[in-house]
Amino acid sequence: MLSGVAFVATVVGLQLLTAATGRGYYLTQLTMAAYYTTVVMGLCLVMGYAGQISLGHGAFFAIGGYTSAYLTTLDLSGWAAKGVGLTLRKAGVLVARQDLYGGECLGVTPWLAFAAAVCLTAAVAFVIGYPALRLKGHYLAMATLGFGLIVYRLVLGTERLGGADGISSVPAWKILPGLDVCGRSVCRIQNYYVAFALAGLTLFMVLNLVNSRTGRALRSIHGGELAANAMGINTAQYKLKVFLISAVIAAVAGCLMTHYNGAIGPSESGAMKSVRYVALVAAGGMANVWGALVVGGALEFLSLRGCFGSADHAVFGLILILIVALVPEGPLRPLGRGVVRLFRAVTGRAGA
Amino acid sequence: MVGLSQVLQYIMSGVTVGSIYAIVAIGFNIIYGTTGIINFAQGEFVMLGGMIAVTLASFMPLPVAVAGAVLLVMLCSGALEIFIFRRLRRPSLLQMIIITIGLSIVIQEVALHIWDEKVRSLPYFTGNECSSVRLLGAGLSPQVFWVLGTVGVTVTVLHGFLRYTIIGKAMRACASNVSAAQLAGINVANMRTLAFMVSGALGALGGCVISPITMTQYDMGTSLAIKGFAAAILGGLGNHMAAVPAGLLVGLAESVSVYFLPAAYKDAMAFAILLLVLFVRPHGLFGAPEVGTSSREF
Repeated sequence: MLSGVAFVATVVGLQLLTAATGRGYYLTQLTMAAYYTTVVMGLCLVMGYAGQISLGHGAFFAIGGYTSAYLTTLDLSGWAAKGVGLTLRKAGVLVARQDLYGGECLGVTPWLAFAAAVCLTAAVAFVIGYPALRLKGHYLAMATLGFGLIVYRLVLGTERLGGADGISSVPAWKILPGLDVCGRSVCRIQNYYVAFALAGLTLFMVLNLVNSRTGRALRSIHGGELAANAMGINTAQYKLKVFLISAVIAAVAGCLMTHYNGAIGPSESGAMKSVRYVALVAAGGMANVWGALVVGGALEFLSLRGCFGSADHAVFGLILILIVALVPEGPLRPLGRGVVRLFRAVTGRAGA
Repeated sequence: MVGLSQVLQYIMSGVTVGSIYAIVAIGFNIIYGTTGIINFAQGEFVMLGGMIAVTLASFMPLPVAVAGAVLLVMLCSGALEIFIFRRLRRPSLLQMIIITIGLSIVIQEVALHIWDEKVRSLPYFTGNECSSVRLLGAGLSPQVFWVLGTVGVTVTVLHGFLRYTIIGKAMRACASNVSAAQLAGINVANMRTLAFMVSGALGALGGCVISPITMTQYDMGTSLAIKGFAAAILGGLGNHMAAVPAGLLVGLAESVSVYFLPAAYKDAMAFAILLLVLFVRPHGLFGAPEVGTSSREF
C-alpha cells in the first residue's frame, strides 16, 4: 500500500517537476523508458524468480509491436467496399484513417490489432517456450538468443514488414475518448501517464504473482529444480506460465510503444535490445521487481536522453559484467543497508 | 536442373564457412570442457583476429601479421580469464552466462571505437579476388583451400596436443574431473587460463583465414558465436573432434538453404537448425543421450 502511494507520488512528482522546470520534453524519454522498464519487470519474473534466462524478450516486444503496426497500417479500403468488409466496417473492426497524402484508407482497429498481437505473442512464446524451458542454463540461453535472432532476420528480410526501415505512420490508438496513444506533443502528458499506468499495473501484477503460490513455486525452482519436482511442484508448467506472462507483458509494451512512436523498426528485435533487458534485470538485483523498476527506468531514461553518447552499448555491457561479478544481489540492497547504517550512526550519536 | 559444377560450388562454399563454425565450436568445447563456461564472446575472438591482422598487415608481411594477431588475441583471452573468471567466487551458471555476454558487448564496442563500422578484409593469401582454381567445372577461390588447409592442420595439431602431450592430457583431466585432476597435482587454474588462450588463438586464426572471403566487421561475432554453438551442440558439447563434421554440416545446410529460401533468410536458417537440434537432440548427433542430460551444473 505504502509502496503503491510512493510509486504514484514519484510518477506525478516527476511530471510536475518537468512541468515546473520547463523540461516537458523529458516526458517523451520517460514514457519510452516506462515501456522498456515494463518489459524488464516482466523479464524479472523469468530471470529473478524462476531462475531461467531469456535472451529473446526483444523479439516478443517486436512481435507485439510489429503485429499491431502491420494490422493498423493495412489498407483494406478496396476490400471493405462491400460484403463482409462493409459489415466489419459498420461493426467498427475496420476504421478509416488518413494516409500520407490525405487520402482515406481503412485499417484494422488498434483494439483488434492489440488483441491479435497479444494472441500471436502468446502462441509464439508457447511454441518456443514449451521445448526451450526443458533445456537448462547455457542451452536455454542459446536457444532464446537464436530465437531472437531468427525473428530479427525475418523482420529484416521481409518486404511487407518494411525490411530495414520498419513500419512507420502507425495511427494513433484512441483508448478512451480524448485519450490517444500517439506521439503528438499535445498528448505528451497523457501518454506519460498511460505508460506509467502500464508500468504500475505490471509492477502490481508481478508483485502479486511473486507473493502467491506461483511465486513460492518459482522460488523453489530457482533454489533447486529437482527438489521442487520431488515436492510435487510441476516445475515445467510453472516455468512455461511465467515465460508466457512475461512475453505477453513485453508484447503489450511493444504494442503501446509502437502506437506512441508511430513507428517500429527491426532493431527492437535485435540481440542488443534483449541483452539490454537482461542487463537491467541484473542491475536491479535479479529477484527484485522494485529494483528493476527503479534502476531500469533510470538507466533507460539516461540512455534515451543520449547521456552515454557513443558508449551506450558499452555501458550496458559493463553494467552486466561489473554488477554480476561484484554485487550479484544488485547495487540497491547494499546501498540501502549502507544508508540505514549511516542513518543509525548519525541518530545514535545525536541521541547520545 | 542444377549442374554438377553448381552443386560443387554450393558444397564448397558451405564447407568453407562450415570449417570456421567448426573452429568456433572447438573453441567453445575447449573452454567449456576445462572451465564449465560457455563463452558467449567466442565469436569476438574471430572478429578480433581478423581486425588486428588487417591493421598489422598494413605495415608488415602477411604471415607475420597473422601470427601477430593470433598471439595478441591469445594474450587477450588469457588476460580475460586471469582478471575476470579467476576472481569469481563460486559463480552461478546464470552469472557466467551474463558475464560472457557482457564481455562480448564490451569487446564489440571497443572494436567499434578502435576501428570503425566499416567492413575490412585481409588480402588474399595467394592470388586475388579474380583468380580461381577449376575443379570439376566449378571455379573456386584459392583462399578456400587456404581455409580448409589451415583448419585441417590446426584440428590435427590440436588433436595431437590434447591426446599425446602431458599438458593436453592435463587439460582433458580437468574436463573430466576437476577434483581428481587437482589431487593428481594439476594446477587447474592455470589449465583454465591455457584453455582460454588456446581457444582465443584458434578463433583468431579462423578469423584471419576467412577474412578475405567473408570480410571482417566489428559486429560479426554474435552470429558466428551462435552458429559455432549450433555446431558444438550438434557434435555434442565437450566432444572436440565431433565439432568438425558438425560445423561442416551447419555450413552446408546454410549454403544449401540459399537455394530454396531468399538469401536474406540465410542466417535464420542456421539459427533454426540450432533450435531444432536443441529441442530434438540436445546431446548432439554423435553423443550418447546421457551426455546431454548430465550437463555440468556449477
